[in-house]
Amino acid sequence: MAHTLARLVESIVEATATPYPVDRYLELIDPMITWRDTRAKITEVRRQTDRSVTLVLKPTRQWKGHGAGQYVEVSVVVDGVRHRRFFSPAGAAQNTDALELTVTAHSGGFVSRYLRENARPGMVLGLSAASGEFSLPAQRPARTVLVSGGSGITPVLSMLRTLVAEGHRSPITFVHYARTPEDVPYRAELDALDRTFDHIDVQFHYTRTENAEHFAPAHLDGLADADGAQVFLCGPGTLMSAVKEYADERGLSDRVFSEAFTIDTSPVLDPNEPITGDITYTKSDVTTPNDGRTLLEQAEAAGLDPEYGCRMGICFSCTKVRTSGCTRNILTGELDSEPGQHIQICVSAPVGDVEIEV
Amino acid sequence: MAINITDYFRPETATTKEINLSYEQVEQLGNDLDELRARIVADLGESDREYLYTIIRAQRKLEFAGRAMMYVPFIPPIWLAGVASLGVAKILDNMEIGHNVMHGQFDWMREDTYNSREFDWDTVCPGEQWKHSHNYMHHTYTNILGEDRDIGYGILRMARDQKWNPYFLGNLGYATALMLLFEWGVMLHDLEAENLIQGKRKWSDIKGLVKGMWRKASKQVAKDYIIWPALTGPFFVTTLIGNAGANLIRNVWTYSIIFCGHFPSGTQTFTAEECQDETKGQWYVRQMLGSANIYGSDLFHIMSGNLSHQIEHHLFPDVPANRYPEMAPEVEAICEKYGLPYNTGSLRQQLGSTWKKIAKLSLPNWMTRDDNDIVVNIERTPAVENAA
Repeated sequence: MAHTLARLVESIVEATATPYPVDRYLELIDPMITWRDTRAKITEVRRQTDRSVTLVLKPTRQWKGHGAGQYVEVSVVVDGVRHRRFFSPAGAAQNTDALELTVTAHSGGFVSRYLRENARPGMVLGLSAASGEFSLPAQRPARTVLVSGGSGITPVLSMLRTLVAEGHRSPITFVHYARTPEDVPYRAELDALDRTFDHIDVQFHYTRTENAEHFAPAHLDGLADADGAQVFLCGPGTLMSAVKEYADERGLSDRVFSEAFTIDTSPVLDPNEPITGDITYTKSDVTTPNDGRTLLEQAEAAGLDPEYGCRMGICFSCTKVRTSGCTRNILTGELDSEPGQHIQICVSAPVGDVEIEV
Repeated sequence: MAINITDYFRPETATTKEINLSYEQVEQLGNDLDELRARIVADLGESDREYLYTIIRAQRKLEFAGRAMMYVPFIPPIWLAGVASLGVAKILDNMEIGHNVMHGQFDWMREDTYNSREFDWDTVCPGEQWKHSHNYMHHTYTNILGEDRDIGYGILRMARDQKWNPYFLGNLGYATALMLLFEWGVMLHDLEAENLIQGKRKWSDIKGLVKGMWRKASKQVAKDYIIWPALTGPFFVTTLIGNAGANLIRNVWTYSIIFCGHFPSGTQTFTAEECQDETKGQWYVRQMLGSANIYGSDLFHIMSGNLSHQIEHHLFPDVPANRYPEMAPEVEAICEKYGLPYNTGSLRQQLGSTWKKIAKLSLPNWMTRDDNDIVVNIERTPAVENAA
């Protein structure tokens, strides 16, 4: 009965606002009062290292928490444009009231640099539900090895904190690679965990100090290959492939779980170079070599039938999502390669490999 | 076969002025406009976003105030203010927000709602269908007879080149009905009703459209004529009347502004042959000659969704409308540079000449004078090709 009544009230409220979502009204009063959308307000900003910023967020009531290792999509408006990026919360899964993100400002990272420089308490960000397969198994491992490099620390730190919070007692080794000791966020906390708990072992390797240490098999020997050990790995490509190669050699591949993180820089291709690459029409499951014409013309040549209107960039009927790759707007010459962008395929020509939702 | 007396008796105006543009001039004009566009687009940012949100906030406040004032119908001035407030809110919603957002003018903001893919507006016409009939059909084929269905909307005679028949004696009446019921006219536009009646379109072609209309219109009708009236309890009837009044205010205003966009005297129509294989420059010239502006205050421009800058809108339909006022003097200067007319006038002038045209065109051409005093001839192919 109460449920039916609630549903009735809900549909009346939504009918009064039609055709707009109720949130389009509420956000003008306070962006944190939401009917359906999830958002988060920054409550605390810490700058632990020279290149990173740690944000503590208070999400709206729709937030359901995250699993250790999962990621969320965060959106922020920069100069009028909403940008979306994925970040892995660093906090323990048990903490569902708050969300902690540590963002490393990469030199080409537009959003990460913006947050590093401009994040302040009170700022409201867009937030998605957590997702991602990289997470601790429900049956906790007999031995946990967490390996991370640079900003890959956040998902594995979340795993460590989650295990600590639930009083998990089997051995955990935390192996982290950073440029210098000053580049490690949470170093004090990790050192303290190392000192306090016998079953937790924290090891740091620095890649830009006098005795630079990159990944070596010795770092994981006796850990990754120990009985019942499972390895959770997140870091830059070079570290990931080195560890995977090591695991392959030792026959440990099925115990290594990993997540790659990408740095949000857009590769700039030269449109004057000879035409190269393939176009993949993801919805139609068709791939053809790029001949340099617009995506609409090439799709039609490939026998596909995407919707279009004016064929000159004015009516927006042909807008599709470019999943990956770089396109050139033939009217303005502008290049764009941000993944997941909506583009007008009638005036966009692919530069190199492009994936488009057609 | 009957003799076509219309053409035989067609009176020529004494003052006809001819303007001739070479192929190269038209291309140069195109470059000038492209450059203006590029300059504005490069400058879009936070202030444009803030502009849109300011209008949205104002719209929401007016809507809220209007709905709230419906609770005091026993004080007529307040109730009337409520009707006006809700009417103005609907005008802002349809014109400066809906029309412009659905043109993709704010797609660059990458917002979840305020983009051309997601947005739908507070009228009975589904945004999806309007984007087809307006953004695609009307904006691509602007003022091309037989292709731009906004010339007369399938019910009116709006150009001398449209063939006359006795049905058009009712032109003024149809226009008045369209004005009063404008949102419903806009909704039905994509059906191409006259093509259905003439059998050029099958009923099966429109099944999807009708479903979409039903879905959208039933929600709109429920909102304005059931839910909100019911929420005012004992004032159900007065609220219903108030909401209908607000919709009517919106209809009359939007119709008036929109009809001033392409129909005042001085606007030209084109034939499909003329426009075949048009270059971008030629497309621009067609947009300029087929559109007309209205001058007025800043508030007037906002209330018209900046469609008072119809010329700028037709040249740059996806540039945020709040930029049209600063682009207008530059567009006018470009017109002047090439000796082209820049059709603008007061609301009274433009509206007057539009209604006059509707009245005149209800009669066959031989009974009235063609008062277009400027003819622009565009060279369609480059000089080299002409020589060959």
